[in-house]
Amino acid sequence: MSETYIARSSAIAARMLAGEMMVMNSMDSTFFTLNEVATAIWQAADGRTPLREIVRNRVCEQFDVDPEQAQTDAQEFVAELSTHGILLVSDHPLASEAP
Amino acid sequence: MSLMSEMSQKAFDLGVPISVHLDVTYRCNERCVHCYLDHDDHGEMTTAEIKGVLDQLAEAGVFFLTFSGGEVFMRRDFFDLLEHARRRLFNVKIKTNAVMIHEEEARRIRSLGVDTIQISVYSHRPEVHDAITKLPHSFDRTMKAIRFLRDEGLRVTIANVLMTANLSDHYHLQKLAAEMGVHYTVDPTITPMMDGDTSVLALRIPGEELTEVFHNPALVANMEEFCAPPKAPTEDDLEGYSCSAAHSFCYISPYGDVFPCVQFPLPSGNVRKQKFLDIWNLSPQLKEVRSIQAKHLTVCSSCSHVNSCTRCPGLAYMEGSMRGPSTADCEKSYYRTGVPTANMLRQGAEKAGGMPLVQIQPLAVSI
Ligand code: SF4
Ligand code: SF4
Repeated sequence: MSETYIARSSAIAARMLAGEMMVMNSMDSTFFTLNEVATAIWQAADGRTPLREIVRNRVCEQFDVDPEQAQTDAQEFVAELSTHGILLVSDHPLASEAP
Repeated sequence: MSLMSEMSQKAFDLGVPISVHLDVTYRCNERCVHCYLDHDDHGEMTTAEIKGVLDQLAEAGVFFLTFSGGEVFMRRDFFDLLEHARRRLFNVKIKTNAVMIHEEEARRIRSLGVDTIQISVYSHRPEVHDAITKLPHSFDRTMKAIRFLRDEGLRVTIANVLMTANLSDHYHLQKLAAEMGVHYTVDPTITPMMDGDTSVLALRIPGEELTEVFHNPALVANMEEFCAPPKAPTEDDLEGYSCSAAHSFCYISPYGDVFPCVQFPLPSGNVRKQKFLDIWNLSPQLKEVRSIQAKHLTVCSSCSHVNSCTRCPGLAYMEGSMRGPSTADCEKSYYRTGVPTANMLRQGAEKAGGMPLVQIQPLAVSI
């Protein structure tokens, strides 16, 4: 089964406010807030660590969640952020676009 | 309420500086007739100092960062600063006259993920624009830059400061912006010089002509609501605060001085001497600004406009008291609605024609 790799796009601005991560894409000014779990995934999106590993190490270990459910949720979340150009997704490791 | 205004409100309630305006230089290649700045370099922060400030701002929770000046590109290290800011994940807006932006610069700005570029343009007529900037061919250079930036896919806004010299041109400039596919915004506010010199205020649009601006559907989105007579303020309104200055926003000068706002020259600390967060949390000046509610305002608390007025506490401060009225905003409220303001009534003038247009006193402080 192929792995999923995720990296943050260079068009992104982000900052924590009161426990939520604000994320904004300068390409189209879409503005999101991410909850704690989503923030943990987003912060670990270095283009090199497979999503499965991120979910195992960052999500399952720190939050009390069912591993399979967490994996499915993470896939959905990543797919959504990639349609907004906030995460780049590939089945190969990615170079980070960050400035 | 949009998610973004919800987060801005949260920052306001928590006292988080979500937005900062940083002037990186006061130097400029234009000499605009209405400009309030002293363009000499009196010891700007170095590259390393500004990067250090940016690190502190990121840590303090600043999300929206505006780089402005002077002209930002007068600093040779501007791209270095911009890169650093983007590495710290700020949402960056740049204000510039754009005359130094060519294809290569436009590409770099794009690749760094800048959110918006706001560019000052005064007229669709080169001779009028150049007469205001006092830089020959500035109109052509600025327009060329706008096209480069737009072609890179950047969000560009043409900001049109209105004054007597270009008052009749806004319609054509707005049309030109639409043809070019860029945004357009208009601002009839001329601000006194930082040193208190008020001579530039003579360039302000006279009151009667403001009526035309405010009742022009092309310039005002929902005019009926905008020009409606004010609703009587409620108790809740009187508990309210005026604007984000010192609550979730502040201004930092090229010399590291911190102020509540670009238009509020109350010195509140210096990042060369103190940590940004210490200034933000502990400065007596910022605390004072933060404490003022509508009910504390000397004249405005009894004014029917208090709820809808754009009253700027910075301009009020320049007139003598941050708790007092701001004449420029009084005029706007009056010419918008036709209803006399408490400030006018206090002065026994039923008609705005009965009061002098500008009553601003020189600044009491030197900065
Ligand atoms: S109202 Fe005045 S002090 Fe407040 S943010 Fe606007 S310009 Fe600044
Ligand atoms: S109209 Fe004038 S007096 Fe009334 S609230 Fe505005 S600034 Fe104050």
